[in-house]
Parts: sequence; structure tokens; C-alpha cells
Amino acid sequence: MSRIPGVKTRRNAELGLLGFAMVLVAIYGATVEANQLDSISPSFWVPAALLSVLFFCLHLVVRFTAPYADPVLIPAVALINGLGVGFLRRLDIARALARDEPVPGIFAGTGGRQLAWTLASLILAAVLLVVVRDHKSVSRYAYTLGLIGIVLVMIPAVLPSSISEVNGAKLWIRIGSFSIQPGEFAKLALVSFFAYYLVRKREVLSLASRRFLGVDFPRGRDLGPVVTVWLLSLLVLVFEKDLGTALLYFGLFVVTLYVATERASWLIIGLLLFFGGVYLAYVLGASVGGPFANFYDRAEVWLDPFDSDQYERIGGSYQLVQSLLGLGTGGLFGTGPGAGSPLLVPEVRTDFIFAGMGEEIGLFGLTTLLVVYLLIVERGLRAAIGVRDSFGKLVAGGLAFTLGLQVFVIVGGISGLIPLTGQTTPFLSAGGSSLMANWLLIAMLLRISDAARRPASGGPAERSAGPKQPPAQLHGAMTEVIKP
Amino acid sequence: MNAPLRKAGVVLLVLFGLLFANLNWVQAYKADDYRTSDYNRRVQVAEYERPRGVLEAGGKALAQSKLTDGTLKYLRTYPEKLKYAHVIGYKPVNNAETGLERSEDDFLAGTSDKLFADRLSDMFTGDNTGGGNVILSLKTKAQDVAWKELTQNERGVKKGAAIAMDPRTGAIQAMVSMPSYDPNPLASHDEDTFDKAFDKLNDDRDKPLLNRGIADTKPPGSTYKVLIAAAALQAGRTPETSIKAGPSYTAPGTGTPIRNSSPGVCPEDQRTLKEALTESCNTGFARLGVDLGADAVKKISQDFGFGQTDLTVGNLRGGGLPVASSDTGPMTNPDGGVDRAALAQSSIGQRDVRMTVLQGTMIAAAIANDGKQMRPYLVQQLLSAERRPIYNADPQVLRTPVSSQVAGDLREMMDSVVENGTGRAAQAEGLKIGGKTGTADNAEGAEPHGWFLAYAFNDKGEPVSSVCVMLENVPGGHASAEAARIAGLILKAAAGGGRD
Repeated sequence: MSRIPGVKTRRNAELGLLGFAMVLVAIYGATVEANQLDSISPSFWVPAALLSVLFFCLHLVVRFTAPYADPVLIPAVALINGLGVGFLRRLDIARALARDEPVPGIFAGTGGRQLAWTLASLILAAVLLVVVRDHKSVSRYAYTLGLIGIVLVMIPAVLPSSISEVNGAKLWIRIGSFSIQPGEFAKLALVSFFAYYLVRKREVLSLASRRFLGVDFPRGRDLGPVVTVWLLSLLVLVFEKDLGTALLYFGLFVVTLYVATERASWLIIGLLLFFGGVYLAYVLGASVGGPFANFYDRAEVWLDPFDSDQYERIGGSYQLVQSLLGLGTGGLFGTGPGAGSPLLVPEVRTDFIFAGMGEEIGLFGLTTLLVVYLLIVERGLRAAIGVRDSFGKLVAGGLAFTLGLQVFVIVGGISGLIPLTGQTTPFLSAGGSSLMANWLLIAMLLRISDAARRPASGGPAERSAGPKQPPAQLHGAMTEVIKP
Repeated sequence: MNAPLRKAGVVLLVLFGLLFANLNWVQAYKADDYRTSDYNRRVQVAEYERPRGVLEAGGKALAQSKLTDGTLKYLRTYPEKLKYAHVIGYKPVNNAETGLERSEDDFLAGTSDKLFADRLSDMFTGDNTGGGNVILSLKTKAQDVAWKELTQNERGVKKGAAIAMDPRTGAIQAMVSMPSYDPNPLASHDEDTFDKAFDKLNDDRDKPLLNRGIADTKPPGSTYKVLIAAAALQAGRTPETSIKAGPSYTAPGTGTPIRNSSPGVCPEDQRTLKEALTESCNTGFARLGVDLGADAVKKISQDFGFGQTDLTVGNLRGGGLPVASSDTGPMTNPDGGVDRAALAQSSIGQRDVRMTVLQGTMIAAAIANDGKQMRPYLVQQLLSAERRPIYNADPQVLRTPVSSQVAGDLREMMDSVVENGTGRAAQAEGLKIGGKTGTADNAEGAEPHGWFLAYAFNDKGEPVSSVCVMLENVPGGHASAEAARIAGLILKAAAGGGRD
């Protein structure tokens, strides 16, 4: 009991950092207006102030429901989210100027909509924090969540293209002007399911093995689940025509599997399976075409984007080239917020938002953004390391890793490092699905980090004997142990 | 489970490291390439931020930039549409410029060193002064007449060209190629509009984008006899020297005889050089060419500009529309010796002899200018955006193919062609016009091309204009008569007093 006063909740640090982030967002908004309108409007601070209020409310929720949560997560995400809103508003202004229309209001256009989505996302995050007081309770619904996850992933694939296809990738459900990307939410559900499944099976998967070339390989029959997920990912790749999503799901599973079993062999098997699958899709795309053609085209574009045939082909390298040219034009320091021509980059509000911002904030700005992303990811992993139960470790580790992987896939795609696949840039891209799903992810990380940093003898519920307590038992988790 | 979590953290660190390295590659190492890439529309946006200079002639704007409210601020427009298209060319958004829009691009865009002072003052004033203005040597009246008479010719010919030039300076007074095209859609900011217009023009069998006056060569027919006559005069003959004519001539070592265009032309055994040119006597000139020899024929042609591959017509300081090389053909046997049949046919402008319309104009001009051939040009003056003069054309002698004596003799003979020979249709009131007709067979069963090259002296005895008109595949016989009629009208318009 005597240690409790010594553990700081660090909520005030969070508040301070949040204030700093919002000042940056306000400065960004002012610079945008100065560059675009040649003057700073008296209301330039309003979006930043509104966001401050929203984030402050979330901060209060955290203060009361997760007092020991990591203090860096909310300010870091708020900074990216705020800059995203500011950049989308900047695009709205540019479009209005080009059309000789009046400067759009703060709640108009994509920027205004993103502001509304932020509100919705924060409400969802707060609800999650209030309802889920203990992350382990999620494991109770693991199978339901697993089913929901798979259904969410598969829905766009089975829907007709007219409803589900945007820019060649079938990832959407579009009803009128309203569209959601169910796959964004599937991540959360699937992580919970994987974590639960692996906690139950980890002994089997990590102990029963055959040694080959100094590496312990699992028995053939234990490969079942990983092969199943691999096939599922390939189906996504082929039928939803999206390498990024496939990579995300598969990477998520392999990493949680590796973390659960501590066996490098799973990583090796996973990587071999993935690259084998990708290569197979490429070869099939070149020879058979059909559902594989999309991936083959993307790979060809990636290999030589400046080839004039690729550039002029419909669905060719035009987007990637314009993205690279935008980034290159920005150079080291960028043209300054509001001073570039991001509207020349296609899909600059969603997939290519990082390239659009890169023209204006330059290599230095983008590097800073990447560092902030890395900070969020590493904080998530730290929560995973700190939390005491296996389920929490796997969920936090899986979520943090997926977030990092998603940033890698989209930023690598738009900068020509890997074949381009349509992914949203977490917290930046316009769109409610991605923002809500990723804020839910952050809420989950907050919840787990709260558990990680909460003093062991803290709450009355967790009072138990001994300094070294065994990992908390999961609901219904009967660990199978098979000794070799 | 903490060890693998830490390793996963390291993996992400490596992945982000790769992102960072790649962004350095894109934004630092390749930045300049990407910034200036042809695919980068920002370059164009910057280019369209300032008004491009005006191309004008006789106070009339031929190409100008209009303020729009699009991303690209200024739209290039061509108010005269088809009439000046081949001279001006066009400036497309995503493709290469053509014509003077291409050769004077730096100056029009304002990036030329000549406009350095403007750019420097822009830096201080914050203005975006437009590009420089290019004043052409074209006389709008001559261009109007050339355009109207070519496109509304009396034979319904669809293809042809005419170029008029001041023999004393080389200033091009008119340059028309038919059919022409409207450059406006080609300058459109809308890519589809450009593509549609360009594809249509490019696929057109009549090749409207081709400048037939300078970028195309055709057999010159009897106009080439002027050069044979010049070679003969240089070799010591006079206009009064008798040459052997007759209804038919078969060159040594061949079986195919050369005949005259009709039995009424020089059936006599002997004609003077002047009579032979006036009537356009094929047998006489074929025999004369064979007598002079292939080397002499080739030499006189080269002296007048045949074989020059690097001539441009535009700015005398360099740059302009490239001119195709006129060619005499080899006139040799497979063994390398002279092919006399080829020489005989070449001497009347057939076989492999090919000539641009501009070459025809330059032949007439050199003869009118006492043997001095001036370098042709289109850019008379360059003005800054505030119309401060920056450059004035300073006429240059390109070459001196013949002496003033020979030039005078040639004029005597060519005057006779228009006075009482095949070129009577070119006569114009108040001017002394001399010239030479040409009717060139080109393909089996096709109608011949009609040519006329001529010069005009005013009442003060000054050579005020020279011209060459070519009509392709003229139906109805006497192909050159229609060319001569048009040439006379162009000369009259070009000779009109004043600077337009």
C-alpha cells in the first residue's frame, strides 16, 4: 500500500503534451491560411480549439477510467489527427480558390467532415474505455469477435463490385454517398480472437516440434491455423485485390503467433509463406491474369513508374509518379504548409495524404511525423511488455504492430519503397471508418497500458498475495500442455 | 513473451528506418529530378503563372495569353486560327511546342537571358512581368492574300504552299501552307481536347500539321531550268546563245526520249536560251544539262542552296523552323559514272530532283538581288514585356550564287517568261515581274504539281518581293498557270508600300 502514492498517473503530463500538440495544430492552421489566403483570418484558431475541447474531454475520461494509462498516446495521436484535419481543410480552401468560390466554413468540406468524424471517434473511444474496465473481459467474446472479424473481411469480397470497389480494390461497402471500410474494424476483432486462441494453444504450438537446421519447427498438424489465415489473406489479395490488407492480416497473425510461442520458426514460416504467396500471385498475374492481374499491374508500376507506357496506361503509374513528384518537389524543407500544389496528387485526401503533406512539410516534417507514429507504436509495445497477462500482451502487441505495419505499407507504397496498395494513413486520411477504428485501437492500448502501469497491489480487485503473481487466468482458458 | 515483443519493436524500427531512408532518396537525392520532371505539372503551373509574350505581325496579335481562372493561369490563344498556324505553331500543355512557339520559347516564356533585367526587377517589385514579345517580319496583307488565294484557288486544289520574301533583306513576307489547322484546341488546358484535336490532325491523310513550304520537298519541274540557265550563263553563254531544241531528245545511252509539254513548244531545231526558257523548252534544257555535265548542274544547285541541311528560318541569331534540304539526286549509274538519262531528266527538274518552296523563293530572291542570296528570317524584332526593343533583325548575306551580270541576264530571260511566255498569268499592274513556271510529274497517273517562282520590281527599280507558289496535283492542265496567277497577287500585296 505504501507504493501507491509513489506511482504517478502522469495525467498532468498528458494534459501538457496535449496542449503543446494543439498549439502546433493551431500554428499549422495559421500558416496554411497565411500561405493560401495571404492573410490569417481572425478565426484561424477555431478548429484547433474545437479539437482541444474534444481531446480534453477524452483526457477527462481517461483520468477517471484509466488513470495510469500511457500519457504519450493521446497527445501523439491528437497531433496527427489535428494536422490531418488542418491539411484536409487546406485542400478544401485550395479547391474553393481554384473554383473562385468563397473560402469554405470550418464545418464545410472534407475538413469539416473529418472534424465530425473525430468527434464520433472520440465518443467511441470513450465508450470503450468506460464499458471495458478490464481488457481481459474482452476474451469472453473472443469467438464472436473472430466470426465478426472474418465476416467483416469477407463482406466486400462477396458483394458486387459496384458496391464494394473503389480504385480497383474491393474493400468497401458503399450505400449511396455513405461508405465504410469494414476491414478497418476487422483488425480489432481479429486481434482479440487471435490473442485468445493463441493463449489457449500456445503450449501446443511452442512445445511440440521437430528440430531442423537448428531451428525448432512445429508439427505438421499444428500448422492448421497459420495455413488457414494464410489462405484467408491470399483470398483477400485475390478477391479484394488488395495486397496491403492481405499483408496486414497475415503480418498481424504471424506476429501474435511469434509473440505467443516465442518461436522464431513461425516468423520464418510466415515470411516464406507470404513472399511465396506474393510471388505466386505475381507469376499468375503475368501468365493467367484474371483476379491476379491487379496485383501484377501494381508490381509492374512499382518496378518502373516512370516508364511512359506505364504512366499513360489507365490504372498505371500516374498516381505513384505524381506522388513521387510531389514529395520530390517538397525536398528537404517543403514549400511550407499551404504553399504547395497537393491537389495535383490524385487521391490526396485518402491514400496519398502523406505525399500531399510531404510536398509542404518536406523531408524534415515527414520524418517528424514518422517519429510520432513510431512513438505511438513503441508505446503500444511497451504497454504489451508491461501488462501482466498473456491476453493483454498479445492484444496490445498485435494492435501496436499492426498500426506500425499499416503506416509502413501505405507510406512505403506512396514513396515507391514497396508496391502501392490502397491503405488509409492512420489518423491522417479522410474517412470515418479508419479514424474510428484506429481510435478504438488507441482506446484499447490506453486500457491495456493502464493495466500495465497500475500498481500491482493497487485496486481492491487486484489485491492478491505475493509480489510475483501468476498471469491472470483467462475466461475459460484451459491450457493444453503436451510435453515432447 | 516480452523478448519477442521487443524483437517486434526492433522489426518496426527497421521498417521505419527503411521508410526514412527511402524518403531521403525521394526527397533529397532525387528531389531535383522530380522537381523538374516533364511529368511534374508544378513546372507548368509556374510557367503559366506569368503571361507568355505575344507573337505579332503588323500590329496584329497572332498568339497571345488570356487570363483564366483555372489552375494554369493563362491560356494561349491564336486569334487568326488557321492562317498563321504553320509559322506560329502552338504551345501545348503537356507536349513539345512547334513553330516559333518552340524556337522562341525562352523569350516568350520570359526565361531568356535577354530578359534577365526584367526578372531581376521582378524579384524586387514582386510582380510577375510577362514574357517578351516577338514581332514577325510577315506582312499581314501578303499573308491574307496568300491564304485567301491558296485556299480558294480556282482548281479546287487541297494541298500547296506559298512563301514570299523580301529579296533585299531575307525578311519572310508571307508563309502559308495548305491545308492548315486551328492551333487553339492544341493549346487547351484540357488534355482530352488536345488529344482529340491532335489525333485527328495527325491521322489526316492530307497532313495539315506539315508545313509544306519548308518541311517538304517536291520535284520542281521546269522551275529548275532557271538553275540550268544560270549554269549555262556562268559557262559563258548569253541569253541570245542558240541551243539545240526540237520535238524530242534522247540522251546518249538511253532509249526513252524526252518530249516537250506540247507539240507547239520549240519544235524548231535551234532556239536562243531566252526563247527556250520563255517557252519552257524541255528538249533544249535536257540537252543543255547533258552538255554542261552533272557536276556543273550539281554545283549551280548547291550554289543556290541545294544540299544545305542545317538551314532554319526564324531568328537570325539562331533558332527557327528547320528547313528540309533540297536535293539534286545522284544522277549516277550503279558503277558510279554519270547516268546521262538521269542527268537529262534532272535538268528539267524531274527524276530525283526535289525542292522546298522556300528554296524556290530563295532562287528568285537571289536573282532579283543581283546574285546575293539573303538569309531568310521571320523574327523582325524582339521587345521586352514593356515593349523595350531588345533585338532588331540585321540582314545577312547567306551566299552569292551568281554574279550580278549573270543575275541580270537571268532576269532578262525570266521577265520574258511573264511578259510573253508561260508565266503570263502572273502579270500585275505597276510591277515588273519575272519568273518561271514548273509542271512536275510526280507519280504514275497522278495530276502534276504546279510551280511558279518569281520576283517583282517596283517602279523605282527596287526588288520588293520574291515568291514561290506550289500547288499539289493540279487538275485540268496548265498546272503552273494557277500557281503563276496566285504568285502575281501575292507579289502585288507584298510590294504594297509601308510597313504594312
